[in-house]
Amino acid sequence: MTTTLGCVNLSLADRLTDLTLSLHEGEVTAICGPNGAGKSTLLSCLGGLVAADGGLVTLGGRLLRNVPAQERARCIGYLPQSPEIAWDVSVEVLVSLGRLPWGDAGAQAGRDAIEEAIAAMDLGALRNRRISRLSGGERARALMARVLATGPAWLFADEPLANLDLRHAIALMRRFREQGSKGRGVVLVLHDLATAMNFADRVIVLDQGRLAADGEPAHALRSEVIEQVWRCKAGWLGERGMRALSLG
Amino acid sequence: MNRRLILILVAALVVAVPLSLLAGQVWIDPIAPTTRNAALILFELRLPRAALALVIGAGLGVSGAAMQGYLRNPLADPGLFGIAPGAALGAVLSFWTGYAASVWLLPVFALVGAGGAMALLALIAGREGGVALFTMAGLMIASLAGALTSLAISLSPTPFAMSEIVTWLMGALADRSWREVGIAAPLTLAGVGVLMSAGRGLDALTLGDAAARSLGLEPGRLQARMIVGVGLAVGAAVAVAGVIGFVGLMVPHLVRPLTDRRPSSLMVPSALAGALLLLVADCLCRMLPLSGGELRLGIALSLLGAPFFLKLLLDMRRGLA
Repeated sequence: MTTTLGCVNLSLADRLTDLTLSLHEGEVTAICGPNGAGKSTLLSCLGGLVAADGGLVTLGGRLLRNVPAQERARCIGYLPQSPEIAWDVSVEVLVSLGRLPWGDAGAQAGRDAIEEAIAAMDLGALRNRRISRLSGGERARALMARVLATGPAWLFADEPLANLDLRHAIALMRRFREQGSKGRGVVLVLHDLATAMNFADRVIVLDQGRLAADGEPAHALRSEVIEQVWRCKAGWLGERGMRALSLG
Repeated sequence: MNRRLILILVAALVVAVPLSLLAGQVWIDPIAPTTRNAALILFELRLPRAALALVIGAGLGVSGAAMQGYLRNPLADPGLFGIAPGAALGAVLSFWTGYAASVWLLPVFALVGAGGAMALLALIAGREGGVALFTMAGLMIASLAGALTSLAISLSPTPFAMSEIVTWLMGALADRSWREVGIAAPLTLAGVGVLMSAGRGLDALTLGDAAARSLGLEPGRLQARMIVGVGLAVGAAVAVAGVIGFVGLMVPHLVRPLTDRRPSSLMVPSALAGALLLLVADCLCRMLPLSGGELRLGIALSLLGAPFFLKLLLDMRRGLA
């Protein structure tokens, strides 16, 4: 099942202005931009969580707003910024919440998907551990397993690396890349430009709700764009895949 | 884990119900009843009272579990939504106007009060209904209903009406008949059914508003289920027994650690444990030797509930430190 995702002339109050994009499955797309540029809003609109007041969002050739909530939930997995977990459930129960759109956590298909997600995130040894007893890195993995358990074609995450140290951040980015190479469309809101540069296949730069640049990381995050959007002089150092930003 | 807990609670009820029928101001010997009118006491006084305790306890237990899940707060209680105070206001108005003398009108007034509070809640919180807005609206309605209840008491037409209102507000199951069971049981059952159907939505809310919507939750629908379900169960309880607080707070909290902690896993055990708590508490109330009548169930549970609430708060404070 191919499910292309895109938007045409998307606008929302004063937060997003006239955005036209088409996202590709099997790619890791990073959405970057300064604070208040509309990154999270764009992700919410593309995920069908916020209705835009102008323009269209399409999923697999249909208008996203006409896709039933349940069906949309099976197709687009979403990891919110600073995710909360209200009750101190075990890792396994948390992951099983990812099957809610299918309603089959007790059935064989659901159990298989939960097992697969637990294995993909190396959570086997932690499956009975309570969330409150996990470290930050383990928690991030458990939350990602919850999204993977749904088996979505699209994997959205809003600032997934916040609160993670360097080692865990890199490990999680590798896992996102792995999901992209399995054919999922991965869309991440990222604050750190070096992470976007090194790990994304494509970068979308937003500036005050408008599209400022879109393309391969080296093109979308070139010095001129950074200067224009972030108002900082900066240049890239190092080899492809290991780039670092030097601020002038 | 859940199935075992449910079995244990059912077993406890199977033991507690017959015991509660025998216990009271007069003990009835099940093998050779020597008490005069033993059959009358059993079938016309104690059995309806036990049935009412089970029905109301189950309704309040499920309502508490659902509300704690909905508000993602272990301190939530049906009183918080303003629905119990709304129902109480309706009932008080029936005393005030004298309509309470007619057998069916007191419950009707209470249900109208609960319905009014529900409608007001939906109107203020709106269709999309965020949890914070919903809580604030509930608190506002609770405080308004409380103020109007006090006003009605202070303006009572006769001292008899005032004493009747105050006694009724304390909440009790004494002197209730099959008629009250007939009113409360179907309404509570309907409410519990609606709340059970909200279980999956409440599970999704464990992950917060945004993630829950991304899992296909439609917030407006869940809110409607909460309002109708809690309104029916709590409205029915207040209509026949007055205000009985803290059951909805204590029961889910006691049961939660014994389940996998998902809101949907909490529903059935909370219903059973609520029924058990109310049955045992009511039984103890009528056995307690107290000059000038028996301890009112509403007061007993508040006396039990306040320190429980305090302990919860202290635990939370320790958690924050």
